[in-house]
Amino acid sequence: MPKVTVDGITVEVPAGSNVLQACELAGKEIPRFCYHERLSVAGNCRMCLVEIEKAPPKPISSCSYPVADGMVVHTDSPMVRAARRGVMEFLLINHPLDCPICDQGGECDLQDQAVGYGMDHTRYGENKRAVKDKYLGPLVKTVMTRCIHCTRCIRFAAEVAGTPELGATARGESMEVGTYIEHALTSELSGNLIDICPVGALTSKPYAFVARPWELRKTDSIDVLDATGANIRIDARGPEVLRILPRVNDDVNEEWLGDKSRFAIDGLRRKRLDSCWVRRDSKLHRASWAEAFDAIAARIDGVHGDRIGAVAGDLCDAESMLALRDLMATLGSQNLDCRQDGAALDASRRDFYLFNTTIAGIEEADAILLVGTNPRHEAPLINARIRKRWLATGAHMPILGIGPEVPLTYDVRWLGNTPRLLNDLGDAAGLLRDAKRPMLVLGQGALRRPDGAAILAAAWRVATDHGMLTGDWHGFNVLHTAAARVGGMDLGFLPGPRGKPLAGMLDGGVEVLWLLGADEIAPERIGRNTFVIYQGHHGDRGAARADVILPGAAYTEKNGTYVNTEGRVQRGFFATYPPGQAREDWKILRAFSDRIGRRLPYDTIEALRARLEQINPVFARLDASPRFGISDPAGPAGDPAAVGDAAFALPIESYYQTDPISRASPTMAECTTTYRPVAAVAAE
Amino acid sequence: MAEEIEQPVHFAFDAESEAEIATHLAKYPPGRQASAVIPLLYVVQAQMKRSTGSAWVPRVAMDAVAARLGMPPIRVYEVATFYLMFNTRPIGKFHLQVCTTTPCWLRGSDEVTAACRKATGIKAWGETSADGMFTMTEVECVGACVNAPILQVDDDFYEDMDAARTEALLAALRRGERPPAGSMAGRQGSAPEGGPTTLLEPTVAE
Amino acid sequence: MLSDRDRIFTNLYGLHDWGLDGARARGDWDGTAAILARGPDAIVEEMKSSGLRGRGGAGFPTGMKWSFMPKQVGDRPHYLIVNADESEPGTCKDRDILRNDPHKLVEGCLIASFAMRAHACYIYIRGEFAAEAKRLQAAIDQAYAAGLIGRNACGSGWDFDLYLHRGAGAYICGEETALLESLEGKKGMPRLKPPFPAAVGLYGCPSTVNNVESIAVAPTILRRGPAWFSALGRPKNTGTKLFCISGHVNKPCNVEEELGIPLRELIDRYAGGVRGGWDNLLAVIPGGASVPVIPKSVCDTVLMDFDSLRDVRSGLGTAAVIVMDRSTDIIRAIARLSQFYKHESCGQCTPCREGTGWMMRVMNRMVQGRAEPEEIDTLEQVTRQVEGHTICALGDAAAWPIQGLIRHFRPVIEDRIAQYKAGRAARPLPLAAE
Repeated sequence: MPKVTVDGITVEVPAGSNVLQACELAGKEIPRFCYHERLSVAGNCRMCLVEIEKAPPKPISSCSYPVADGMVVHTDSPMVRAARRGVMEFLLINHPLDCPICDQGGECDLQDQAVGYGMDHTRYGENKRAVKDKYLGPLVKTVMTRCIHCTRCIRFAAEVAGTPELGATARGESMEVGTYIEHALTSELSGNLIDICPVGALTSKPYAFVARPWELRKTDSIDVLDATGANIRIDARGPEVLRILPRVNDDVNEEWLGDKSRFAIDGLRRKRLDSCWVRRDSKLHRASWAEAFDAIAARIDGVHGDRIGAVAGDLCDAESMLALRDLMATLGSQNLDCRQDGAALDASRRDFYLFNTTIAGIEEADAILLVGTNPRHEAPLINARIRKRWLATGAHMPILGIGPEVPLTYDVRWLGNTPRLLNDLGDAAGLLRDAKRPMLVLGQGALRRPDGAAILAAAWRVATDHGMLTGDWHGFNVLHTAAARVGGMDLGFLPGPRGKPLAGMLDGGVEVLWLLGADEIAPERIGRNTFVIYQGHHGDRGAARADVILPGAAYTEKNGTYVNTEGRVQRGFFATYPPGQAREDWKILRAFSDRIGRRLPYDTIEALRARLEQINPVFARLDASPRFGISDPAGPAGDPAAVGDAAFALPIESYYQTDPISRASPTMAECTTTYRPVAAVAAE
Repeated sequence: MAEEIEQPVHFAFDAESEAEIATHLAKYPPGRQASAVIPLLYVVQAQMKRSTGSAWVPRVAMDAVAARLGMPPIRVYEVATFYLMFNTRPIGKFHLQVCTTTPCWLRGSDEVTAACRKATGIKAWGETSADGMFTMTEVECVGACVNAPILQVDDDFYEDMDAARTEALLAALRRGERPPAGSMAGRQGSAPEGGPTTLLEPTVAE
Repeated sequence: MLSDRDRIFTNLYGLHDWGLDGARARGDWDGTAAILARGPDAIVEEMKSSGLRGRGGAGFPTGMKWSFMPKQVGDRPHYLIVNADESEPGTCKDRDILRNDPHKLVEGCLIASFAMRAHACYIYIRGEFAAEAKRLQAAIDQAYAAGLIGRNACGSGWDFDLYLHRGAGAYICGEETALLESLEGKKGMPRLKPPFPAAVGLYGCPSTVNNVESIAVAPTILRRGPAWFSALGRPKNTGTKLFCISGHVNKPCNVEEELGIPLRELIDRYAGGVRGGWDNLLAVIPGGASVPVIPKSVCDTVLMDFDSLRDVRSGLGTAAVIVMDRSTDIIRAIARLSQFYKHESCGQCTPCREGTGWMMRVMNRMVQGRAEPEEIDTLEQVTRQVEGHTICALGDAAAWPIQGLIRHFRPVIEDRIAQYKAGRAARPLPLAAE
């Protein structure tokens, strides 16, 4: 590895690094605007200039200059300081002095660097440039006069998002960043533009003028609006979550976040269940916790456990699912299911229902078969990872698709839309066999259908037959859409040996049905006389059908454990209090168990977590998703030959509205209406 | 950014354009057809001139170029707005491009500009005359400086201009005449006025 | 004075047939196969020993540039790209080659490509040269038809394709990496260097970009021998050069002369002298708009070559001599160049995008005198903040003319400011801003 000396500190840096990276390794902070670790190098802002001995005798942009052994770099010489001051002055001459009304204020790279390299007055007496703002859709607000033309947004859209809609038109000082023909950005990752914009040109439209960064209480947590488990930071002031930002986790979301996960938060303030409700005379009436518990206790009294059932929804934390499972056990019920959509997931082995390759592992794959999935809507960050890998292979990696043809951000060869193709891939089989690390991604659209078990088995057989399962590579992947799903599977929120699955509980299959945040079940499928307890945070479908409503906490309002589609166990943290009477869910269940004299054996969340680990040791391995190969190729139970020929239907209709929170969000509703017509035009 | 002007809703390459496109695409290696974006924008502009009398590049045509070359449309918009020979709005029948860069200015481009304005009634750069005959554009050095000042009409360089020659040229254009391009002072190319003082010996062949 | 026998561009003024027959009569395409038979390395060595320095402005030794190309062709093809994007204000020499002596260029493309193991060459010609492009394409077609290029070019066994590509109005595409970007179908925004084109050029392949004149003189150099060429001119500034003499001379023209010819002789002998006589001379921009202006006192004695002009803090550039007599508003002449650079800045990097506009606006005020005297220093500092801080040399090019102006004509600027102040004192209201 080359040795580089930065301001007298010698560091070894990986070959192929740039000087800026070497400086960082040496602990020297280099100011930059255009440079971004995850984007191509533009070298245009000229802020990262350094002095390099024996290089051309002028300031050199460190972000674009490759290191060489024996290189001597100065980051704080008179030449460097003068150069940066000069660049800063140029950046500021046409930048408005509107920091007091700029949402970037307090977290603005330009503002920060101006402290170090700016002057206390301007020498520029000419008229400043004014640039017309651009419309980029309901999420990203623009104040283009503030743009410093770093082109990060253009590169992000083209490279990471795979939606090359942004560009810089015209030239020189007339150059403007935008879409030229104004339209809403069509990326599910557009919010990241706000994060990467180093100034206040691109800011959050819903968050406009809401708060200053120093007013916010910041809580690290985990996103639950899909099954990716993106690492997030919840910014709250008082009782309100004001914004959500991604945190860096290279194994999961890198530093990106999907738009739904970022912008659905106004749904946390609307349609909330803030008190208990009890149905009397076919109408729901507000009630106290005691009244609500009494009503449930009275109804279940004497009902045989076989006639009681529980369904866990898509946003549930593992703790509350376990508490409900334990409560059901005390009632003698084995009627449990965490698969609201009826997906034919096989719990007999963990790798039958996980994204085994792992998200980071996608970057080693060299062929992908997508089955019944639109990763762009089901997991935009995983989709971005596939694109990243595809780009890294020079856009040559074969990506095959079985299912409806959807516009993805990489080239897909669509084989057709029938599961029968799994049993005969035709000439596509060779592309998979020729690959060293092929992988298969099975979406929920392939599993939530009558022949789901057969498809699961057939997909597994494709994996075994095409070299996807080896001693050091597991290329079989189930892509989940529900944050709660893998956790539910791991802790066994599934019908017991005598229990009924979801289908068996519907249509009057049980007398009492406990819905823990389960909102995706069509109300008419619940038996007319079934007594429904809805425990959750939003007045959505489940609550509408309920006989008793118990107000629970949303993911930002409780400490909870979630297992993402890879099987990665992560913890979310309490950021704000739930509204009104609402309480953390496991506590509600614990309290109810007490009320009916069947007290659950944990008083603290730590005790509950100890029980989780006892049920399944995976819950003890936080933040880990060990990659593994496979030694036992035996597949799931289904019969591959039994696949039907009905076309795959995708699980998500509108990316922006998939769950009680996003359905309550006005921002997400606006996105749905904004993007539907665009899709129609694009399809022409 | 994109100014609000009336844009056609449809554009398709005609047969002449298609033939030209084929010769351009043949110049670049497989997978590098984006190289043909400037040539194709020229093709568009020429076709617009043929079909409408105004040499410009409408948005739908940029989209057609993007589709033909497999490029995202924004990359074509970028190119069309970066290179100043592409007119992103309609222009007059004749495009008067007055070079006013220093070498032309030293030789009287102000006079040429004034003569153009007087003859066309155009007041500011970029405007089109009321009769739709002329659009006047200030251009930077066109690379014929020893024959300055230059008035470029469409693709033709009229050299060694002055006010009288400008007026005469514009009058001729109005009459439907197209005087031959080149020096209006009768010079031979870039040779000095009065004829060459070098290269007087018979053709030198080794 | 250079004898006609030693002139390379014998049809500079287009007096004779530009076509293949005429070119052959002038000695072009004579023994080309034999030149190729010397082999790439020998050709490069001869070019090196001729001392030819690039004719596009920077003056980098051409033979050395050729030698930077990989000696073996790997999995990526090699390319030669000829820069015919002649746009430097004052410069119109390549135009004459393109329209009047195109076969010299076509033959040069073959030889240079062969020497750099390139089977394909693109000539990037500025869009405004529509007639010249037509002429050059016709010459290329003639060469193909005669078997001089194409498969087994000149019977040499070397396959060679030559393509013409038109730009569309962007000075910056004369910068070699911006040219490559443009040729690839993008905006002409210069690339970061390293990597240099010889390693990563057109389509990511090893490439060399040469000026039209550099390539067009190569066949003659190789035919007549490097010793002939290097005997012309001055040490390290060898050979002949096309000069463009424009502005306030009696007879503006292009002419081929030896490097090192005194500026005064060049103007007096070929351009009919300065309008109103030598003593009426104010200043000269000796190498195209990018190089600093030199006042008459320097013009009196300076020689026209790379090193002599560098020694007087200017440059030979493209050898485009812009002459200004004493009637010239020198501030306005330079301010117009500032407008040029502001107009042609690609906008990619900060100092140039912001700095060119700033400099232009201050310069425009200086033309009126609407400024404070201390702003001259500020302006000078701004030029220093641009110079050397940009991705490409356009920033430098925008800075140098102003630096030259301030260096040599500061009193003129100060007078203008004083006059304006005096005038304003007499007027009731100041002029409106811009």
